[in-house]
Amino acid sequence: MQISGAQMVIEAFIAEGVDTVFGYPGGAIMNVYDEIYKQDGFKHILNRHEQASVHAAEGYAKASGKVGVAMITSGPGFTNAVTGLADAYMDSVPLVVVSGQVPMSLIGTDGFQEIDAIGISRPCTKHNYLVTDAKDLPRILKEAFYIARSGRPGPVHVDIPKDVTAQIAEFNYDVALDLETYKPHTKGSPRQIKKAMEAIASAKRPLFYLGGGIINSKAAYEVREFVQKTGIPAVETLMARGVLSYDDELLVGMLGMHGSYAANMAMSETDLVIGLGARFDDRVTGKLSEFAKNAAVIHVDIDPASISKLVHADFPIVGDLKSVVTEMLEQVEKIDSDNYESWRETISNFAELHPLTFHEDTDRIKPQWVVKRVGELLGDSANISTDVGQHQMWAAQFYPFTRPNQWITSGGLGTMGFGFPAAIGVKAATSEKTSINFSGDGSILMNVQELMTAVEKKIPVINIILNNNFLGMVRQWQTLFYDKRHSETDLSVQPDFVKLSEAFGGIGYRVKTKEEFDAALKDAVEKNVVAFIEVIVERFENVMPMVPSGGSLFNMMLLEKKETK
Amino acid sequence: MTANIDNSERRVISVIVVNEASVLSRITNLFSGRGYNITSLTVAPIPESKYSRLTIVTAGSVRVIEQITKQLHKLIPVLRVYEHADLVEKEMALVKFPITENISDIGAICEAYNGKIVNVGHDVIITMVADEPRRVGHYLEAIKKYNPKEIVRSGAVALER
Repeated sequence: MQISGAQMVIEAFIAEGVDTVFGYPGGAIMNVYDEIYKQDGFKHILNRHEQASVHAAEGYAKASGKVGVAMITSGPGFTNAVTGLADAYMDSVPLVVVSGQVPMSLIGTDGFQEIDAIGISRPCTKHNYLVTDAKDLPRILKEAFYIARSGRPGPVHVDIPKDVTAQIAEFNYDVALDLETYKPHTKGSPRQIKKAMEAIASAKRPLFYLGGGIINSKAAYEVREFVQKTGIPAVETLMARGVLSYDDELLVGMLGMHGSYAANMAMSETDLVIGLGARFDDRVTGKLSEFAKNAAVIHVDIDPASISKLVHADFPIVGDLKSVVTEMLEQVEKIDSDNYESWRETISNFAELHPLTFHEDTDRIKPQWVVKRVGELLGDSANISTDVGQHQMWAAQFYPFTRPNQWITSGGLGTMGFGFPAAIGVKAATSEKTSINFSGDGSILMNVQELMTAVEKKIPVINIILNNNFLGMVRQWQTLFYDKRHSETDLSVQPDFVKLSEAFGGIGYRVKTKEEFDAALKDAVEKNVVAFIEVIVERFENVMPMVPSGGSLFNMMLLEKKETK
Repeated sequence: MTANIDNSERRVISVIVVNEASVLSRITNLFSGRGYNITSLTVAPIPESKYSRLTIVTAGSVRVIEQITKQLHKLIPVLRVYEHADLVEKEMALVKFPITENISDIGAICEAYNGKIVNVGHDVIITMVADEPRRVGHYLEAIKKYNPKEIVRSGAVALER
């Protein structure tokens, strides 16, 4: 059929099964918004900032496992969205982001709202396109969705000049993709898998090192079975929270800079790292030369470039985790779980020596208590998003995660302002779950305008703001490493968060006691509208334990020992 | 990761890419963004195909070179990446001399390096040599005393034996 470029965008989205688009209109993308007005194949959520549109699409993608879609205009619309693209790129989130561009005749003339968008998005997308002819648009959109979700997922940016959206051309979406230069591996080498299984069988102190790739490849339940059947202890990265359930006896905990003592010690003592979809990030490894020093390394990843990038892999396996782990499960009888009995005991001794905990020794509520309490009250019924900082680490440490896709956070890029719009996307994808965003008094202001989006579209995200009147994580580093010079981190001057939420039409609570918190959370869940629950927490609480930047995992700063209440 | 200068080795990498808009900047962005070096780069379309061939001379430790080839492979329009072990490598240089220099000397040196005088003008002569990059370097040393006015090197091209 002969239709306009703008109509093609709509038709392609519908053909791809897109049900929600996050975006913000403007001059160069108006033809497409005109078609959005006329259609009812998907709903459009108007964020109040383009960065928020991309984060919302990320939240949607992470919670649903589908490709998230955002739409923005040229120039400042696009540059506002760049942080979201970079965030999605670092965390391998499948997105298709469509931007308007000035008409072809104006490209290169410094036209109004013109910027070299694909020049800017190149280093922070998996791939990008400038569409110069509407006849290419069906193919490009089809490729964009395929590239975004296949292999190691990531954001794909499609930049469409305004005249191309008006141009009429033939639309046929039902054509086979012909990407001669892009063929992601899916099956791991059977020989390498066999060798890896033999290495596991002969190891004395093997350790699963679980990463976010497991969630991307929808392999969490296969991994659970693998861990269960082998009896091998497991540590999780920040991005892998929820792969194992919090109450799985073999889950040692999160490792890394704010990982548990037991997890970091296990990694330091292991003789075989079984890395599944993790990328040996510096926040995980600490000092590389001391990381898992006496261990051989099995590394399963779909991205060959992740293997042996930082830590040499003795058993590299390139492939899709779900497929590789399924094949490993077929040979699982080689492994005798009894062999690791004393290793499991060693690890539980580590956990007993320095358990992951906190002291309730002040009048003010401890932030960790808030996270634990939400876990007790909502548990599996909530999806948890976060912003970036102390609250994020406390949420990762203390929330009782029970399933994959429950935990939505900005790991690689560490984007403050991610949480609220992401939680909106999460709620749009999983309306049956309560959508909680843990935030701080610093982060929440970085996309606070999303109150309007949530109110308008009736998306009842509950933002729990752990307010310590500080830019807490930076303050913690200043306290520990900058001789308490708290440079520009004191956030004592603040808005009234309750009134702020109410001004947009949301609800707000300011709580100082545990009883008030319970009542506020219960009320917010019942009222089912967007809420701010501001919790006044202990100002100087530090995230512990901690591996100082560049230090070795086994050299942790630990929580002082005290009688706990 | 930045190039490890300590045990850095010169390597030649050939990349076959789809000949489309902005593909060259994808490659060069990757090198600059990840802190890899480009010593020289040549690119031209492969006849009767939709592909172009790039020849990149770079330097780095074994691990860096491995990362470079993997990262190049990840780019969507990249069809193949060859990291050459056994190769025929050639480079061209054009040099402009004042006409007042000893033309027969210059011509003889050029011949020794697989080249010749290709243009004689009013005020200048232009020579061309094509040889292994290392020998092109030697040639440029040898002609220094004839006061070359301008020198252009093409960068290396290479084919596996």
